[in-house]
Amino acid sequence: MTPHAKSVVAAALVLLAGAAAGARPAAADTIRVIVKDLAFKPAAITAHVGDTVEWKNEDFVAHTATARNGAWDVMLAPHATGKVVLKTAGKVAYYCRFHPNMKGEITILPK
Amino acid sequence: MPMRMLVAGAATLVFAAGMAAVQPTHAAQLTDPQIAHIAYTADSIDIKAAQQALKKSHNPEVRGFAQDMIRDHTAVNQKALALLKKLHVKPQDNATSRALTKQAEAERLKLAKLSGPAFDRAYAQNEVAYHQEVNKALADTLIPSASNPQLKSLLETGLKIFQGHEQHAEQVVASLK
Repeated sequence: MTPHAKSVVAAALVLLAGAAAGARPAAADTIRVIVKDLAFKPAAITAHVGDTVEWKNEDFVAHTATARNGAWDVMLAPHATGKVVLKTAGKVAYYCRFHPNMKGEITILPK
Repeated sequence: MPMRMLVAGAATLVFAAGMAAVQPTHAAQLTDPQIAHIAYTADSIDIKAAQQALKKSHNPEVRGFAQDMIRDHTAVNQKALALLKKLHVKPQDNATSRALTKQAEAERLKLAKLSGPAFDRAYAQNEVAYHQEVNKALADTLIPSASNPQLKSLLETGLKIFQGHEQHAEQVVASLK
């Protein structure tokens, strides 16, 4: 292999490695949380800016998913779903306004 | 095993003493129809208390809490009635239910004499105390005594809901200070 060809291969490898490192799908994900027996399951999730979190309330009473920082307040009627699109990176603690013993947390990474 | 049942009976007596002066003499033999009646009565009492709060209070926190209580306790009672129907169980009146009702009536008359912030504080404080008592009764007596697994499971869910109410009521009390 000529030095020139070598450098081309190396460059290609670097590009490939770069693509692999940034291998997150371009499309945003939906992360699903089940709300059952007065608990968010799983209680802690990790997402990226632009992702959607969807809560599915399987209880027969209404709940909310309410961010402690005031960013969102999602109403979850019995046997219904609610969702929010995450806009800002950071760690957000949330709870149910009706049953404050229900607690969850989302770690939001940059896009 | 009979020893254990005696202990459970003693726990029931303690619960009844906490709720009111009445002590069911056959506490150890609380049956599912009686447990269902006590749970239904406890729910209905809190709905009535919330209706009184909606009539008397102008505080948005208090009114919001009262609406939450009506919605949740109604949902629990509907679920309980549907289950009892399915199981062919008819709720049975008993000394504990009667003591609960009597105590609640006294509380309602006491609250009726208050208005404004004094009513709000008294209602919210009573909601904390009431949910504490009911939750203790559920955890220590009603859930362990229930024989039918579906009834037991509904009572367990009820306990988690009411523990949420207890914390919510504590927040309302704190907001009124």
